[in-house]
Amino acid sequence: MRIAVQQQAFDPGEWLNRLQGDNQGTGAVVGFVGYVRDYNDGDPVAGMWLEHYPGMTEKALQGIADQASERWPLLDVQLIHRVGQLDPGEPIVFVGAASAHRQAAFAATEFIMDYLKTRAPFWKRETTPQGERWVESRESDEQALERWSSQP
Amino acid sequence: MINLQFFARYREQLDCEAEQLPWDASLQTLADVRQHLLARGEQWQVLAEPRIMCARNQELCSLEALIADGDELAFFPPVTGG
Repeated sequence: MRIAVQQQAFDPGEWLNRLQGDNQGTGAVVGFVGYVRDYNDGDPVAGMWLEHYPGMTEKALQGIADQASERWPLLDVQLIHRVGQLDPGEPIVFVGAASAHRQAAFAATEFIMDYLKTRAPFWKRETTPQGERWVESRESDEQALERWSSQP
Repeated sequence: MINLQFFARYREQLDCEAEQLPWDASLQTLADVRQHLLARGEQWQVLAEPRIMCARNQELCSLEALIADGDELAFFPPVTGG
Protein backbone atom coordinates (compact mmCIF):
# COMPACT_ATOMS: atom_id res chain seq x y z
CA MET A 1 0.00 0.00 0.00
CA ARG A 2 1.26 3.46 -0.78
CA ILE A 3 -0.29 6.82 0.05
CA ALA A 4 1.13 10.17 -0.99
CA VAL A 5 0.14 13.82 -0.71
CA GLN A 6 2.43 15.98 -2.78
CA GLN A 7 2.83 19.19 -4.80
CA GLN A 8 4.74 17.59 -7.67
CA ALA A 9 2.99 16.23 -10.74
CA PHE A 10 2.72 12.45 -11.05
CA ASP A 11 2.28 9.92 -13.82
CA PRO A 12 -0.96 7.94 -13.34
CA GLY A 13 0.32 5.16 -15.61
CA GLU A 14 3.26 4.55 -13.31
CA TRP A 15 0.95 4.30 -10.30
CA LEU A 16 -1.40 1.97 -12.17
CA ASN A 17 1.41 -0.36 -13.20
CA ARG A 18 2.75 -0.53 -9.68
CA LEU A 19 -0.49 -2.15 -8.49
CA GLN A 20 0.26 -5.55 -9.95
CA GLY A 21 3.76 -5.45 -8.55
CA ASP A 22 5.38 -8.86 -8.48
CA ASN A 23 2.21 -10.53 -7.27
CA GLN A 24 1.10 -13.16 -9.77
CA GLY A 25 -1.98 -13.81 -7.67
CA THR A 26 -3.31 -10.44 -8.85
CA GLY A 27 -6.12 -11.01 -11.32
CA ALA A 28 -7.53 -7.49 -11.47
CA VAL A 29 -6.31 -3.93 -11.21
CA VAL A 30 -8.68 -0.94 -11.25
CA GLY A 31 -7.44 2.63 -11.38
CA PHE A 32 -9.28 5.96 -11.17
CA VAL A 33 -7.71 9.27 -12.25
CA GLY A 34 -9.29 12.62 -11.40
CA TYR A 35 -8.26 15.61 -13.56
CA VAL A 36 -8.56 19.38 -13.20
CA ARG A 37 -11.30 20.53 -15.61
CA ASP A 38 -11.09 23.81 -17.53
CA TYR A 39 -14.66 24.74 -16.62
CA ASN A 40 -16.93 24.52 -13.57
CA ASP A 41 -20.44 25.78 -12.82
CA GLY A 42 -20.62 27.42 -16.25
CA ASP A 43 -17.34 29.33 -15.99
CA PRO A 44 -13.94 28.72 -17.56
CA VAL A 45 -11.33 27.70 -14.99
CA ALA A 46 -7.74 28.82 -15.58
CA GLY A 47 -6.20 27.04 -12.59
CA MET A 48 -6.75 25.60 -9.18
CA TRP A 49 -5.21 25.85 -5.72
CA LEU A 50 -5.53 22.82 -3.45
CA GLU A 51 -5.38 23.50 0.28
CA HIS A 52 -5.15 20.68 2.81
CA TYR A 53 -4.65 19.98 6.51
CA PRO A 54 -1.08 18.68 6.79
CA GLY A 55 -0.92 15.75 9.17
CA MET A 56 -4.63 15.05 9.18
CA THR A 57 -4.77 14.55 5.41
CA GLU A 58 -2.32 11.64 5.44
CA LYS A 59 -4.08 10.02 8.42
CA ALA A 60 -7.50 10.40 6.80
CA LEU A 61 -6.33 8.82 3.53
CA GLN A 62 -4.64 5.97 5.40
CA GLY A 63 -7.83 5.41 7.39
CA ILE A 64 -9.95 5.27 4.22
CA ALA A 65 -7.56 2.82 2.54
CA ASP A 66 -7.53 0.66 5.69
CA GLN A 67 -11.33 0.59 5.77
CA ALA A 68 -11.41 -0.56 2.14
CA SER A 69 -8.84 -3.26 2.89
CA GLU A 70 -10.97 -4.56 5.76
CA ARG A 71 -14.06 -4.61 3.59
CA TRP A 72 -12.69 -6.29 0.43
CA PRO A 73 -9.94 -8.86 -0.18
CA LEU A 74 -7.44 -6.42 -1.70
CA LEU A 75 -3.87 -7.27 -2.63
CA ASP A 76 -2.80 -3.62 -2.88
CA VAL A 77 -4.07 -0.04 -2.70
CA GLN A 78 -2.29 2.98 -4.20
CA LEU A 79 -3.49 6.50 -3.52
CA ILE A 80 -1.96 9.85 -4.43
CA HIS A 81 -3.46 13.33 -4.16
CA ARG A 82 -1.86 16.59 -5.21
CA VAL A 83 -1.90 19.87 -3.30
CA GLY A 84 -0.85 23.40 -4.20
CA GLN A 85 -1.18 24.96 -7.64
CA LEU A 86 -2.58 22.91 -10.53
CA ASP A 87 -3.34 23.65 -14.18
CA PRO A 88 -6.36 22.43 -16.16
CA GLY A 89 -5.73 18.98 -17.59
CA GLU A 90 -3.39 17.88 -14.81
CA PRO A 91 -4.13 14.72 -12.81
CA ILE A 92 -5.16 15.68 -9.28
CA VAL A 93 -5.84 12.28 -7.75
CA PHE A 94 -5.15 8.62 -8.45
CA VAL A 95 -6.79 5.76 -6.59
CA GLY A 96 -6.15 2.16 -7.53
CA ALA A 97 -6.84 -1.26 -6.08
CA ALA A 98 -5.61 -4.74 -6.91
CA SER A 99 -7.40 -7.99 -6.12
CA ALA A 100 -7.74 -11.57 -7.31
CA HIS A 101 -11.14 -10.87 -8.94
CA ARG A 102 -12.44 -7.65 -10.43
CA GLN A 103 -15.45 -6.99 -8.16
CA ALA A 104 -13.36 -6.19 -5.10
CA ALA A 105 -11.05 -3.82 -7.00
CA PHE A 106 -13.95 -1.98 -8.69
CA ALA A 107 -15.92 -1.58 -5.46
CA ALA A 108 -12.91 -0.59 -3.33
CA THR A 109 -11.83 2.11 -5.80
CA GLU A 110 -15.30 3.68 -5.78
CA PHE A 111 -15.54 3.38 -2.01
CA ILE A 112 -12.19 5.12 -1.51
CA MET A 113 -13.12 7.96 -3.89
CA ASP A 114 -16.54 8.45 -2.26
CA TYR A 115 -14.94 8.69 1.19
CA LEU A 116 -12.07 10.85 -0.01
CA LYS A 117 -14.46 13.40 -1.55
CA THR A 118 -16.49 13.83 1.63
CA ARG A 119 -14.07 13.04 4.49
CA ALA A 120 -10.50 13.95 3.53
CA PRO A 121 -9.47 17.53 4.39
CA PHE A 122 -8.83 19.06 0.95
CA TRP A 123 -10.33 22.30 -0.37
CA LYS A 124 -10.28 23.57 -3.97
CA ARG A 125 -10.03 27.25 -4.87
CA GLU A 126 -10.38 27.90 -8.58
CA THR A 127 -9.35 30.82 -10.76
CA THR A 128 -12.14 32.10 -13.02
CA PRO A 129 -12.50 35.30 -15.12
CA GLN A 130 -14.37 36.78 -12.11
CA GLY A 131 -11.47 35.99 -9.77
CA GLU A 132 -10.72 33.31 -7.21
CA ARG A 133 -13.51 31.29 -5.64
CA TRP A 134 -13.78 28.35 -3.25
CA VAL A 135 -15.44 25.32 -4.79
CA GLU A 136 -18.66 24.34 -3.00
CA SER A 137 -19.20 20.76 -1.91
CA ARG A 138 -21.89 18.79 -3.76
CA GLU A 139 -24.86 17.09 -2.18
CA SER A 140 -24.44 14.26 -4.71
CA ASP A 141 -21.05 13.40 -3.14
CA GLU A 142 -22.69 12.97 0.25
CA GLN A 143 -25.37 10.78 -1.33
CA ALA A 144 -22.71 8.66 -3.04
CA LEU A 145 -21.25 7.94 0.38
CA GLU A 146 -24.55 6.83 1.89
CA ARG A 147 -24.88 3.78 -0.32
CA TRP A 148 -21.88 2.18 1.40
CA SER A 149 -23.65 2.17 4.76
CA SER A 150 -26.40 -0.13 3.47
CA GLN A 151 -24.76 -2.10 0.64
CA PRO A 152 -22.28 -4.82 1.65
CA MET B 1 -4.05 25.34 26.11
CA ILE B 2 -6.18 24.58 23.07
CA ASN B 3 -4.63 24.83 19.61
CA LEU B 4 -7.17 26.08 17.09
CA GLN B 5 -6.85 25.83 13.33
CA PHE B 6 -8.99 27.18 10.51
CA PHE B 7 -8.88 26.19 6.87
CA ALA B 8 -9.88 27.35 3.38
CA ARG B 9 -12.74 29.87 3.27
CA TYR B 10 -12.91 30.13 7.06
CA ARG B 11 -9.17 30.81 7.29
CA GLU B 12 -9.53 33.60 4.70
CA GLN B 13 -12.65 35.18 6.15
CA LEU B 14 -11.31 35.08 9.72
CA ASP B 15 -7.86 36.17 8.54
CA CYS B 16 -6.55 33.55 10.96
CA GLU B 17 -5.05 30.14 10.31
CA ALA B 18 -4.18 29.22 13.88
CA GLU B 19 -4.42 30.53 17.41
CA GLN B 20 -4.03 29.31 20.97
CA LEU B 21 -6.89 29.48 23.42
CA PRO B 22 -6.16 29.27 27.16
CA TRP B 23 -7.62 26.08 28.64
CA ASP B 24 -11.00 26.78 30.22
CA ALA B 25 -12.85 23.88 31.84
CA SER B 26 -16.21 25.46 30.99
CA LEU B 27 -15.51 24.69 27.33
CA GLN B 28 -16.44 21.01 27.27
CA THR B 29 -17.17 20.35 23.61
CA LEU B 30 -16.26 21.71 20.17
CA ALA B 31 -19.72 23.29 20.12
CA ASP B 32 -18.75 25.24 23.28
CA VAL B 33 -15.55 26.45 21.61
CA ARG B 34 -17.49 27.44 18.50
CA GLN B 35 -19.97 29.39 20.67
CA HIS B 36 -17.07 31.11 22.42
CA LEU B 37 -15.67 32.18 19.03
CA LEU B 38 -19.07 33.32 17.69
CA ALA B 39 -19.39 35.65 20.69
CA ARG B 40 -16.36 37.59 19.39
CA GLY B 41 -18.48 39.44 16.86
CA GLU B 42 -19.48 39.88 13.25
CA GLN B 43 -16.35 38.53 11.56
CA TRP B 44 -16.68 35.19 13.34
CA GLN B 45 -20.25 34.49 12.21
CA VAL B 46 -18.90 32.43 9.32
CA LEU B 47 -18.49 29.67 11.92
CA ALA B 48 -22.28 29.66 12.40
CA GLU B 49 -22.73 27.82 9.10
CA PRO B 50 -24.77 24.66 9.68
CA ARG B 51 -22.53 22.56 7.40
CA ILE B 52 -19.35 23.40 9.32
CA MET B 53 -16.99 20.43 9.77
CA CYS B 54 -14.56 19.94 12.62
CA ALA B 55 -11.74 17.74 13.80
CA ARG B 56 -10.22 16.92 17.17
CA ASN B 57 -6.55 15.93 17.16
CA GLN B 58 -6.66 15.51 13.37
CA GLU B 59 -9.68 13.20 13.30
CA LEU B 60 -13.11 14.21 12.05
CA CYS B 61 -15.60 14.49 14.88
CA SER B 62 -18.98 15.97 15.70
CA LEU B 63 -19.48 19.32 17.40
CA GLU B 64 -20.65 17.37 20.44
CA ALA B 65 -17.24 15.69 20.89
CA LEU B 66 -15.64 16.31 24.30
CA ILE B 67 -12.33 18.17 24.37
CA ALA B 68 -9.33 18.13 26.69
CA ASP B 69 -6.45 20.44 27.60
CA GLY B 70 -3.75 20.27 24.90
CA ASP B 71 -6.12 19.33 22.09
CA GLU B 72 -5.67 20.46 18.49
CA LEU B 73 -9.09 21.51 17.21
CA ALA B 74 -9.93 22.54 13.66
CA PHE B 75 -12.96 24.12 12.03
CA PHE B 76 -13.45 24.06 8.27
CA PRO B 77 -16.07 24.20 5.49
CA PRO B 78 -17.22 20.98 3.76
CA VAL B 79 -14.26 19.35 2.02
CA THR B 80 -13.91 19.42 -1.78
CA GLY B 81 -10.97 17.20 -2.70
CA GLY B 82 -10.75 14.49 -5.32
